[in-house]
Amino acid sequence: MQFLISMVINPSVLDALTEEEKTALGEGHGRFIQALKQSGELITTQALVDPSQAAVVTVRNGQPVVTDGPYLEAKEYLGGFYLVDCEDKARAIELAAQIPDAAIDGLGVEVRQVMFADGPLEA
Amino acid sequence: MTVPALEDLLRELAPQVLGALVRRHGQFENCEDAVQEAVLAASVQWPADGVPDNPRGWLTAVASRRLIDQVRSDRARRERESSAAVAEVPAEDVPDTDDTLALLFLCCHPALTPASQTALTLRAVGGLTTAEIARAFLVPEATLAARISRAKQRIKAAGGTFSLPGDAEREERLRVVLQVLYLIFNEGYTASSGSELDRADLAREAIRLARVVHAQLPADGEVTGLLALMLLTHARREARTTAAGDLVPLDEQDRAQWDGALTDEGMDLVKASLAGPSLGPYEVQAAIAATHADAATAAETNWAQVHALYLILERIAPNPVVTLNRAVALAETRGPQAGLDLLATLDADERMAGHHRLLSVRAHLLEKAGDPAGAYDHYRRAAKATASIAEQRYLESRAGRVRARTTPGDRRP
Repeated sequence: MQFLISMVINPSVLDALTEEEKTALGEGHGRFIQALKQSGELITTQALVDPSQAAVVTVRNGQPVVTDGPYLEAKEYLGGFYLVDCEDKARAIELAAQIPDAAIDGLGVEVRQVMFADGPLEA
Repeated sequence: MTVPALEDLLRELAPQVLGALVRRHGQFENCEDAVQEAVLAASVQWPADGVPDNPRGWLTAVASRRLIDQVRSDRARRERESSAAVAEVPAEDVPDTDDTLALLFLCCHPALTPASQTALTLRAVGGLTTAEIARAFLVPEATLAARISRAKQRIKAAGGTFSLPGDAEREERLRVVLQVLYLIFNEGYTASSGSELDRADLAREAIRLARVVHAQLPADGEVTGLLALMLLTHARREARTTAAGDLVPLDEQDRAQWDGALTDEGMDLVKASLAGPSLGPYEVQAAIAATHADAATAAETNWAQVHALYLILERIAPNPVVTLNRAVALAETRGPQAGLDLLATLDADERMAGHHRLLSVRAHLLEKAGDPAGAYDHYRRAAKATASIAEQRYLESRAGRVRARTTPGDRRP
């Protein structure tokens, strides 16, 4: 079963971390990625640029209109994700609990099963 | 030789070659890699150069060379003598039919997760390539390769050996093997997620492996039962979906589309297994499938027999999903309310909380009981809860159908 584990982050929470805490966060993700690769559960992981760099695209009367993002004004936004293939939802939750963000107040880690997938898998 | 025939030949020979190699050298992990490389080489060279006169000998020779290269390069890297040196001996060509079974026991080692057991079984015993398995499970090849190599390390660490388990362990280990084959079949029958409903190749592969086990253990009722269950289920595959890929429930399937040859073979196996001394869960499930196959139309189904069989299944292998299925049969014999009453006993079971099958069966029974508003509500909730797009489409269409029968005043928000 495939699951998207997404990390909902809040920049002010991240900014308030000490240097040591930030280093520990990065190293925690590094270890998590290594372990997932070895167990054969990682499909891919990606982190996204700051939402201030987002472009919102709409098409009206057939004409695309592009405005500076993000689409939703919120304190939290999608910072990145892990796409994993694992035994079941319980295992996905177990994996999510190993993501360092899960132990930090104000950062969200969310697990959702994939329902449809297409495209080259190794993209 | 056509490509499918060539694939069949490779898949048949791969476990024989692997068995011979492991017998001679030990080192299951390295041998398994070497055979995989030989299979890959054959799949490239044979279509171009033709199938060699002795294909098994060819594969054994290539795999042995790869194994020797592997051991030599390992040794060079470590710069010391390998304790597990591989002697360069000419390849013998003596297949041992017991090897496949011993390999299955090893690949379905209880120290592995089901996902690892299925991947390793398909590669080492099924003779499939990593890429083929990765495609079937919709994961990248590198992900699957890592899973297989981790699985082999686990087996080694757990002290798994290439041998048939002793009598004490055998029964339990065989159950794991059968469960893995059943998982492979189910994965092929209904994708656990995604839009592709039927990955027939995995189902066929599971049937092929079940035939191998059945040929080795013809007197085991559960092996016979599992093979029969697969055949009877696979026989319905054409009737299960419309040309557009929509699900067709059992009672609406065109039974003329059921594969008669598979059904007959499955029915014969059911009869043979039921004549045996004991009764296991696969045998009972196969008997249920056979009861459906016996009915020329859905209306002629012997629901009393189906219900009795689910009662037996509930007793020998208690599981809320079995109770759920019994509720469907009970509703057919004693009316929808009896089925709904039985479903109510599952409400407290946390394994079933929010389960889409519980919601959809309740929707179905409410519809039969003449409560379209309640049915609509449950079909919609079931549609939200499923991870299968085909099933979601089906549940949404059922919801649309019952909604047309509700009066606006009855509609729940």
